[in-house]
Amino acid sequence: MSTHLHHERDPDGIVWLYFDRAGAGANVLTPEILEDFDHRLVQIAQEAPRGLVILSDKPAGFIAGADVHGFAGMRDPALAAAHIRRVHAIFQRLESLAFPSLALIHGYCLGGGLELALACAYRIASDEPETRLGFPEVRLGLFPGYGGTVRSTRLLGALPALEMMLSGRALDARSARRLGLVDLAVPRRQLREAAHRLLQAPPPRHRPRLLRRLPATAPLRPLVAALLARRLAAKAPPEYYPAPYALLGHWRRHAGRPLHLYRSETREVARLISGDTAQNLIRVFLLQERLKSLGDRTTFIPGRAHVVGAGVMGRDIAAWCALQGLQVTLEDLDTAALGRAMKHADGLFRRRLKDPLRVQAALDRFQPDPRGRGVEGADLVIEAIFEDAAAKQALFARLEPRVKPSAVLASNTSSIPLETLAEGLERPGRLLGLHFFNPVARMPLVEVVHTPGTDPEALAQGLACVRHLDRLPLPVRSSPGFLVNRILLPYLLEAVTLVEEGVPAPAVDHAATTFGMPVGPIELADRVGLDICLAVGERLAATLGQALPPLLAGQVRAGRLGRKSGAGFYAWIDGRARKPRSPRGYRVPADLGERLILRLVNEAMACLREGVVADADLVDAGVLFGTGFPPFRGGPLHDARAQGIQAVETRLERLERRHGHHIHADPGWPGVRPARQGPARCPWTRNTP
Amino acid sequence: MPRTPTPDRPVYVVDGSRTPFLKARGRPGPFHAADLALAAGRPLLVRQPFPATALDEVILGCVASGPDEANIARVVALRLGAGEACPAFTVQRNCASGMQAVDQAARDIAAARADLVLAGGTEAMSHHPLLLSEALAAWLGQWRRARTPAARARALVALRPAWLNPVPALLHGLTDPVVGLSMGQTAEVLASEFGISREAMDRFALESHRRAADADWGEELEPLFARDGRVYAADDGIRPDTRAERLARLPPVFDRPVGRVSAGNSAQISDGATLLLLASETAMRRHHLPVLGRLLDSQWAGLAPARMGLGPVYAMAPLFARHGLSSAAIDAWEINEAFAAQVLACLAAWADDAFMARETGLDGSPGAIPSQRLNPDGGAIALGHPVGASGARIVLHLLRVLQHTGGRLGVASICIGGGQGGAVLVAAGESSS
Repeated sequence: MSTHLHHERDPDGIVWLYFDRAGAGANVLTPEILEDFDHRLVQIAQEAPRGLVILSDKPAGFIAGADVHGFAGMRDPALAAAHIRRVHAIFQRLESLAFPSLALIHGYCLGGGLELALACAYRIASDEPETRLGFPEVRLGLFPGYGGTVRSTRLLGALPALEMMLSGRALDARSARRLGLVDLAVPRRQLREAAHRLLQAPPPRHRPRLLRRLPATAPLRPLVAALLARRLAAKAPPEYYPAPYALLGHWRRHAGRPLHLYRSETREVARLISGDTAQNLIRVFLLQERLKSLGDRTTFIPGRAHVVGAGVMGRDIAAWCALQGLQVTLEDLDTAALGRAMKHADGLFRRRLKDPLRVQAALDRFQPDPRGRGVEGADLVIEAIFEDAAAKQALFARLEPRVKPSAVLASNTSSIPLETLAEGLERPGRLLGLHFFNPVARMPLVEVVHTPGTDPEALAQGLACVRHLDRLPLPVRSSPGFLVNRILLPYLLEAVTLVEEGVPAPAVDHAATTFGMPVGPIELADRVGLDICLAVGERLAATLGQALPPLLAGQVRAGRLGRKSGAGFYAWIDGRARKPRSPRGYRVPADLGERLILRLVNEAMACLREGVVADADLVDAGVLFGTGFPPFRGGPLHDARAQGIQAVETRLERLERRHGHHIHADPGWPGVRPARQGPARCPWTRNTP
Repeated sequence: MPRTPTPDRPVYVVDGSRTPFLKARGRPGPFHAADLALAAGRPLLVRQPFPATALDEVILGCVASGPDEANIARVVALRLGAGEACPAFTVQRNCASGMQAVDQAARDIAAARADLVLAGGTEAMSHHPLLLSEALAAWLGQWRRARTPAARARALVALRPAWLNPVPALLHGLTDPVVGLSMGQTAEVLASEFGISREAMDRFALESHRRAADADWGEELEPLFARDGRVYAADDGIRPDTRAERLARLPPVFDRPVGRVSAGNSAQISDGATLLLLASETAMRRHHLPVLGRLLDSQWAGLAPARMGLGPVYAMAPLFARHGLSSAAIDAWEINEAFAAQVLACLAAWADDAFMARETGLDGSPGAIPSQRLNPDGGAIALGHPVGASGARIVLHLLRVLQHTGGRLGVASICIGGGQGGAVLVAAGESSS
């Protein structure tokens, strides 16, 4: 038996079985742990106890899910199916024990962890805010495969169960109690007592009410499935996100017949796991884990943050820091701007925290600071004033003597080289870029900008700060546009050029969203502000080797700045773009989407070649988490690899011939052709067709 | 009998902040009392070289906190991050509650029970509750016990519509519970006794507004930021444009239709907070703190509730006796402006040899209080009088005035509803070493 589990029998004849994965902060269901679990079930069954309680020894949670690392690269459906069948057998052993079983849940209980809990006769959860129960599988391009589709629909009724599995949303203990997903929600201190009492006199098991069982009846099923599919299509097109549709089909065909359901679950999930979408989404998940781990190199934990500048970025960063538990001072001479920041922070806290006491606590941590008195006490000082090198230099000169020697000193600049800002400092090596994206609450990436002269300890602390703020840190070498804007800009400029050439703006945007981008480039430019796009473009023009499309400057001269001025490429009404229809009979150029996306992909290669970030995976991570590049494609360089490097080069060359020299295949492409080995960490070869 | 004149250990004031005082405008204002104290305390603490957890104690004066703010000092201490181990308590001495808190902090430091104390006062008078009449409360008790339809019908018949009128707690608080006079009426009592004219009161009120409008509050005043994004950067009751004629047109409100005390020559009802940071010599050294000033001594006194406005005279006199002071030795004075009539009565009494000899035990008057040294930046008539906070505000501002003018000694004094007076003797900043 492994050291990941242990169990004991108490004087009342109840066996307590603990999950405690060795050497890890969270429990996940690895094959080794599952086998150990099975082994212990056999042993416990022979002891014929009064009942079995399954719980976790980890303070943070119950079981976080299946072992996603194990799914990466699982390209053989037969292997996947064998694994699933084995887990089905183990959970069925749990389900058919002759004595009652109970899952005692605190913290997260997700995916495979929830499926294990569902195989128990009862579930009790702590009603603390950190308790979350859910099926996040759909976010990895899967659906629950450890019997979850069978047991959840049986326990909750089809609609609530499907809703949980399709959305991937996690429930708190009270909502779970209302649905019947858990039998009791009690304060954490009462968990053991509640388990004890329940097993002393086991009540009848939860069953959904008749009304809840109705949608699963044979005549209604096709109708219900069709309705749910239609609702889904608006958010996740089936050609890119097959998993939810596969789940609906699986349920529609087999609901009510457990044996068929288990078999179909095995077949379908095995097929999904080994497919491109799931493998790409798993890749994205692992990239996210990798970025997180970059913040673990030091134990530095910031307690107080000081943000200078209450513009959009400054106030967003400050509010986010307070939400994440830091004491925050936000400095600005303009008290009206501080007032707006307060209102914004209040909105964010209410949306995210809901509970009035927690909202008040967050507001108490968020302190407008017109006199800038928070500098001395801060562990993290972030400059977020307007983009002017001289003004920023003057500010840093004033800040540096006042900042604690141990504090992280950072600029949120998006375009000024870090070297320039560090020039006048006593200790230039301590200055970092912490480039947050707008809106901070929705953009998970933060570029941590450094130069060859950056103090490694300062960089490690900057990465740790970002991690502590529950954002994803990406170390980026200081260079024009850093990584994300640098890669995004050619794509935006190409879009403007296309509009100049007469392609209707909505058609340009449509081509991008068809590819899977969350927003089209023209709409994005309007949202960012055309003046800002122009300014960034002018700074980057030399690097990109491209003249800016005159239309962009023209719009700015005409005062059409995008959403903020009410009009840009589109008219903006109530924060929404009014997109005119394309003229009747208009034919979209065949290579429209290619022109847009390949410029982005090509620039990603340029960044890899120049070493803006350390390797290809980090380029992809930056683009995925910084631009909303469709995650099911696994990242621009990964996608290029999947399509064949040579094919990408050929298409770029064709575009150059057709549309001009501003499109030019990057010299880095030949270096990554399949004939040669890519960087060691890059798993491209797996997907080469 | 003079008591021990000097406390065991010197008591230093390091720093202090207040919120703008916001005039109550007939509906609940944007901040609760705890929010106000927090808005004064957060900027004060963030500019200190020590963390909030270094505080040994938090003491707040508050006449009436909200229903969610029982022992409001502890609520504020926790929300300020002073930590679970930092004890906190709330004191109530009506209009002097903030001064009482400062005095209590000084005593704890003098007695070596604490080294670093946050003390002051807060009041959201616009949030003072509406009360049910006692008759209605009694009726509700009966209604709850009525189980049968017949009993309920009987109860309903007994209900009198007049009982449904809510009672503003504020009005009750501003009426003396023993002699039944409103605070304004006690001011009328003094106006009659000392022959103070309406014109003199209005002149005094006008001067208060003029001085407050010209004042530079500096770091003493911290803006308030509301959740809805509104910013309150200044006291909103100051009327620099007020004219004597307009002031004269305001009707008397307490001894209607005659009388001399109007809304214009009385303190405004306001929301606001003031906090001071007090420290022992030990704490000053440990954290290398600057000295704003020292609290030398304090005195409380009682007098007839109907003459409560003269409280400062009765409280200041023993201080002067104990320290052998004359008015000429005092560089700056703050006497809280509950009513112009009341302050003018104090000035008249203080300058009157016979009065002082008869009433206070001093040999005679210690000398008239020069107008230019009294409330040089205006007072509660212009700024407002959030009852829990005012006593702390005048102590803080007195120290700031001494700092700016290079004065040495100052007195802050306040009259207290119920017939009391409080006074604090302070010295300007001297180095602690």
